[in-house]
Amino acid sequence: MNKGETALELRGIDKRFGAVHANRAVSFSVRRGTIHGLIGENGAGKSTLMNIVYGFHPADAGELLVDGRAVAIRSPQDAIAAGIGMVHQHFMLVPNFTVLENLILGAEGGWRLAAGRAKARAAMERIEREHGLSVPLDAVVEDLPVGIQQRVEILKALNRGAEILILDEPTAVLTPQETSQLFELLRRLRDQGRTIILVTHKLKEIMAVTDNVTVMRQGAVVAGVATAATSPQALADEMVGRAVSLEVAKGPAAPGVPLLSVRDLAVRDRKGVPRVKGVSFEVRAGEIVGIAGVAGNGQSELLEAIAGLVEPERGEISVSGRPVNGLDPRERRALGLAHIPEDRLRMGVVAAFPARDNAILGYHDRAGYNRGPFTRPARISGDCARKMSDWDVRPPAPGLRMSLFSGGNQQKLVLAREIDSNPVVLLIGQPTRGVDIGAIEFIHRRLVALRDAGKALLLVSVELDEILGLADRILVMAGGEIVGELSAAEASEEKLGLMMAGIGKAAHG
Amino acid sequence: MSAERAAPSLRWLEALVLPLANLVLALLLSGLIIRLIGESPLAAFRLMLSGAFGSQEALGYTLYYATNFIFTGLAVAVAFHAGLFNIGAEGQAYIGGLGAGLVCLGLGSLPFWLVAPLAIVAAALFGAGWALVPAWLQARRGSHIVITTIMFNFLASALMTWLLVNILIKPGQQSPETREFAPGTWLPSAHDLLARIGLSFAPSPLNLAFALAIAASALVWLVIWRTRWGYALRVAGKNAAAARYAGISPARVTIAAMLLSGALAGGLGLNELMGAEHRILLDFPGGAGFVGIAVALMGRNNPVGIVISAILFGALYQGGSELSFDMPHVNRDTVVVIQGLVILFCGALENVLKRPLSRLWSR
Repeated sequence: MNKGETALELRGIDKRFGAVHANRAVSFSVRRGTIHGLIGENGAGKSTLMNIVYGFHPADAGELLVDGRAVAIRSPQDAIAAGIGMVHQHFMLVPNFTVLENLILGAEGGWRLAAGRAKARAAMERIEREHGLSVPLDAVVEDLPVGIQQRVEILKALNRGAEILILDEPTAVLTPQETSQLFELLRRLRDQGRTIILVTHKLKEIMAVTDNVTVMRQGAVVAGVATAATSPQALADEMVGRAVSLEVAKGPAAPGVPLLSVRDLAVRDRKGVPRVKGVSFEVRAGEIVGIAGVAGNGQSELLEAIAGLVEPERGEISVSGRPVNGLDPRERRALGLAHIPEDRLRMGVVAAFPARDNAILGYHDRAGYNRGPFTRPARISGDCARKMSDWDVRPPAPGLRMSLFSGGNQQKLVLAREIDSNPVVLLIGQPTRGVDIGAIEFIHRRLVALRDAGKALLLVSVELDEILGLADRILVMAGGEIVGELSAAEASEEKLGLMMAGIGKAAHG
Repeated sequence: MSAERAAPSLRWLEALVLPLANLVLALLLSGLIIRLIGESPLAAFRLMLSGAFGSQEALGYTLYYATNFIFTGLAVAVAFHAGLFNIGAEGQAYIGGLGAGLVCLGLGSLPFWLVAPLAIVAAALFGAGWALVPAWLQARRGSHIVITTIMFNFLASALMTWLLVNILIKPGQQSPETREFAPGTWLPSAHDLLARIGLSFAPSPLNLAFALAIAASALVWLVIWRTRWGYALRVAGKNAAAARYAGISPARVTIAAMLLSGALAGGLGLNELMGAEHRILLDFPGGAGFVGIAVALMGRNNPVGIVISAILFGALYQGGSELSFDMPHVNRDTVVVIQGLVILFCGALENVLKRPLSRLWSR
C-alpha cells in the first residue's frame, strides 16, 4: 500500500451541542509515525473532537481524511475499519472477564467461542512479540493493576488493526513509573510506524513524549508546533489565553499546635476489605499536609473517615483536641471541620439544584439561613451571590442549575462554601480535578492564604505536581498504610513515585 | 451565559407547552379511536367537555373527583421528591379513610368543630401508619419500596374487606358497609356552604374537602421549597451521597417523607367518606391512588401542577361517564382507554416531544 506522509487530517470540523460551540472549524493534520499531542483545558473541546474522530458523535461540518482519503465515520465500527483505535480514560473492559475474553469481545469470530479464543491467543502472542507488550492473557482483569489494564486496552486496539491510536488522558490513573513505562511503549509503537494521538492536559507529558503538539482553546485550534520548538510556559499561556504562573507562590510554613490528630485509624470498606490499616498523623495550624499515593490506596477512605462519612474500624480522630469519633458530618462541621470531597459531582453538589441551594449544602440548618421553620430565600440567594463574586464563579447567577456550570466553577463554589464557613481544619480531596489551569492558579493561592491564616489543611491529590507545589509536609500512602514522610524540601517526584510504588523504604534509606 | 438566557424560556416550554402538546396528541389519538368505534370525535369531545364543565352540577362532580386526585397526587409527589416511588397511595388512602371513619362512628356525638379536626388527624395518622412499615423496611433493610407499597395495597384491601364483612358491618344488612355517620360529622357540601353566603349552587358531592386539598397543596409547596426539612428531603432525593456528606440521614428522610406521603393519601378518606358517602364502604378509593401517580407525573411533582392535572383527570372522569351515558357505542372501557392515552402521553412519553419542540423553540 502506498501511504502518504499524513496519517490523519481534520478539515474544518465543527460541532455544537445546543448553545455550546464545542468545536469551531478545527483543522490540523497528524504525521504518520509520530506522537501527536492534543492539549487544552477542560471544556476546550479535545474530547469532543476525539469522539468525533472515533465515531461517537457526528460532526456538524467538516471532513476527516485517513491516509489522504476522505472517510465517513459514523460509528466506532467505522473508525476501527479505518484503522483508528481509542483508549478511553475510563477503561472499557469487563472487570470479571479474563484478559483474553476482553480482547475478543466484539470480535469473537463466529459462534464457537473456543475457535475465536485460540485464534486470538495466537494473534496476541504475535503482537506481544512484535511490540514487547506483555500481559497475562488468562488473568481476570479486575485483579490486574491499572497500568496493566491499560495495556490490555492498547492491545485490544492493536488487535483490531489500529494504525492510529488515540489515548485520552491515559496517565490519570498511573504512578509516575507506570507513566514512564507507558511512554516507553508509545515510543516503541511510533518507531514501528504507528501514529499516536495523546490527549492530555498535562504539559509535562506533552514535553516528554510528543513530536508535535496542537493546542485547543474554547473549541478552536490556537497553536500547532513541533514540541522541540516550544516550552511548557508557552503552551500554558496558549491554553489559557493569557500569561499564567505555573508555580505555587508561597512562603515557608509556620506550623503551630496540632489541630487535626489521627491515631491508629483503620477503615474497612463495605465489603469488609481493609482499606486503611492503622494510620497515625497530625496536621498543625498553619501547615498543609499532602497525602501522595496512587488512587485507590486508602486515601479516599481516610478522608471519608475523618469527615465522618464512614465509621472507622478502630482509631481516634480529634479536631482541636476534641475527639470526634461517633459524630456525624454535621456535628463535625460544627466543630470547624470542613471537607471538600474528592468526587464533587457524586458528593459535593446536587447537580440538579440551582447554585444557591448548593452554596448552603451542609450548612442549611445554620441560623442565618432560617427563620423559625422557614428558609430565607433572599438571604440564601444574596449569600450565594457574595460567594460567587468573592471566588469569581462564572456566570455569577445563583439561580442557575449547578450542572450548567463548568467543572472549575462548580469546584470554586464548593471551595467558597467550605472555606467561607471559617473552618479550623480543612480536608481537601483533589482540589483541582477537572479544573482549568487558570482556575488552578487561583485555587492554589486561596489555599495558601488559608494556611497563612493559621488553619490546618489536609490535602489528598493524585497530581504529584500539586502535592509538591502546595504541601509543606508529604505523607505517602500505599496499600492503606503511610509508607513514608518527606518534608517539602526533600521531596521530589522520583522519590515520591518510588515510595508510592511500595519500594519507598529501600530507595529512601 | 447564553445558557442562562435560555433557561427561563425553556422552563416555560417544559412547564406549559409540553404538557399541552402531549394532551393534544393524546386527544387526537382518542379521537381516532372514537372515529373507529363509529362515533363522531368532535361530538364526543363536546359531550365530554360539557359533561365536565357545562353545568354547576357537572363542575361540582369534576372538582369532587379532582379532590381525591389532589390528595393522592401530592402523596406521590412528596415521596418522589425524596427519591421514593410510592405506589401505595391507594392502600394508604384506604386505611386513612378507616381512621376518619372510625372517629366519625365512635365520636359522632361530639360537635363538628371537635370531631372534624380529630377525624382529619386520624385520617393522616392511619395513612401515615400504613406507609410507615414499607418506609421502615426501605430505610433499615433496603427492601424496595415499590414492591412493599404494592404489597401493602393488597394487605389494605384484605384487611378492610375483613373488617367490613366481620366487624364494622351494620347489623342486619347484606352489603359490607358500616352504618351512616351521624350528620354532625359530615363535611359540609359546597352547595350548603355557598348557600350560607347567599350563593346558589346545584347539589353535587363537592364538599369542604376540596378546600382542604387546596390548603394541603399550599402546605406541601411551603414544606418542600421553603423549609430546611424540605431542603433536606430534596437533597436526599436527588443525591443520597451528597445528603450523607451534608449530614442529612437518607434513612431518616425516607421515613419522614413516607409518613407525610401516607398522611396526604389519607386525605382522600375525608372527601369520600366524610364528604360524600357518609359511611365506610368497600373499595372507596376506587383506583384514585394509582391515578395519583399520573397526576403527580403530569403535574411535575409541583403542587400547582398537581392541582391543575387533578382537575384535568377529574374532568376526564366526570366527562367520560357522561360520554358513556349518552353515546351508545362508547362504554366505560372506551373512557378508560382515553384516560390511559392521556396518562401514556403526559406521563410515560412526556419527553418524546421535548427534543423536537425545544429545537423549534430555540429557533
